[in-house]
Amino acid sequence: MSQTGYIALSYWDMAMAASLILINGALSVAFRLGLERTLFIAAARMTVQLMAVGFVLKFIFSQTSALWTLGLGLCMVLFAGREAMARQTRRYKGWWAYGLGTGTLLFVGLLAILFGVGVIIGPEPWYTPRFVLPILGMALGNTLNGISLGLETLTTTALRERSAIEARIALGATHFEAMSAVTRQALKTGMMPIVNSMAATGIVSLPGMMTGQILAGVDPVEATKYQVLITFLIAGGTALGAFLAVFGGTRLLTDERHRLRLDRLEKPANTNSQ
Amino acid sequence: MLRIDSLQVYGLAPVSFEVAKGECVAVQGPSGSGKTVLLRALADLDPAKGQIFLDGTERNSMSGPAWRKQVRYAAAEPGWWGETPREHFAQGAGLDKLVNQLGLKSTQLDQSVTQLSTGERQRMALVRAVFDRPSVLLLDEPTGALDAKATKQAERLIRRQLKAGHVVIFVSHDPEQVKRLADRKLTIRGGKVRVGRV
Repeated sequence: MSQTGYIALSYWDMAMAASLILINGALSVAFRLGLERTLFIAAARMTVQLMAVGFVLKFIFSQTSALWTLGLGLCMVLFAGREAMARQTRRYKGWWAYGLGTGTLLFVGLLAILFGVGVIIGPEPWYTPRFVLPILGMALGNTLNGISLGLETLTTTALRERSAIEARIALGATHFEAMSAVTRQALKTGMMPIVNSMAATGIVSLPGMMTGQILAGVDPVEATKYQVLITFLIAGGTALGAFLAVFGGTRLLTDERHRLRLDRLEKPANTNSQ
Repeated sequence: MLRIDSLQVYGLAPVSFEVAKGECVAVQGPSGSGKTVLLRALADLDPAKGQIFLDGTERNSMSGPAWRKQVRYAAAEPGWWGETPREHFAQGAGLDKLVNQLGLKSTQLDQSVTQLSTGERQRMALVRAVFDRPSVLLLDEPTGALDAKATKQAERLIRRQLKAGHVVIFVSHDPEQVKRLADRKLTIRGGKVRVGRV
């Protein structure tokens, strides 16, 4: 045990925790769910990925280099952008499929680093990876969720409500007027998870970062302050991200003549496996 | 006057024709021949090469919304975004009268759109299309879902628009209706558009 009360885990401790996954496997066998293989692969991937990230972070933390920190941050943004694209059932055609989510995440990520870390926390130097990377990760993860939900709602609702949107356009409405109901719905859906999670935080759930700090021996009140900071950062980032992605997405679904351009969406992937 | 100059619509050969004020042109052709595509292109709802002039002003010299306030397309299956028909109209006098002329009751303006029959919705959509007096009406099968009495009322409304100097271009599968309303007809067949007499 360290002076702060932090208890380091051995690999044996991890192995003991992993034994719990055997219960899942046993349930799968007992109820013939056929999930054993998937469960095993998922558990192995999670362990390997997290261990690899642990080693990468350990290396980068030891460097305290702006180049390494921002380089890894950029990789995180690019992967998050790919994930935002992968979650869409009807993607935008061409570069925008990737560019819309990635551009938005890059903007929100920079804001999280510059405002959250640089201005509010203010470590010395400002690019200290121990602060920049976890906060960027949390901001990106939640913003990614908001963007994905917002864009998915935007495209599926626009497809479903095509005749109503075009009726408004035919009567002389601008693209934003014609799409206003769809845009509002998409923004609401994108922001709902963070609003719900803020309301439940502290009563229904103890957030992971705060729990982690408490386990590491930080005073609970100090841990709470950090949690409040990151929650506001996430809420702001998610709202801004959803706003940028949904309005950008709305603009891409219409053109300079204010026409609805659903032809700018890819055809749905063929889900028929036969 | 509406002048169409080498309009290139997907799947159709370039088309040019003119329609004078107060003139009515019917568009005929088999299903899937491109009648709706042509009407949508005239309203600038889909991208199309070529030029369209309204009273000498080219489509691209004004914004899309400004063009569509003058050149109005009414779909065969109208879309609705509000709960009641009234929510689809801007403030203005004469709405109740217009609704009554098409055999609908004023109270139906405040009924849920989903409670109206297909024919009632089509008539409401026709009222919606003409209410703010656009110069050109592009009507896609305007009486497709109407019975004989309602068709007569709709045709009377179309004639009033023509009398007021508006241009009407409409799609119809009914040769008798074309004879009753149209001055000329456009026939679309095999990707070619032919302008002819009724």
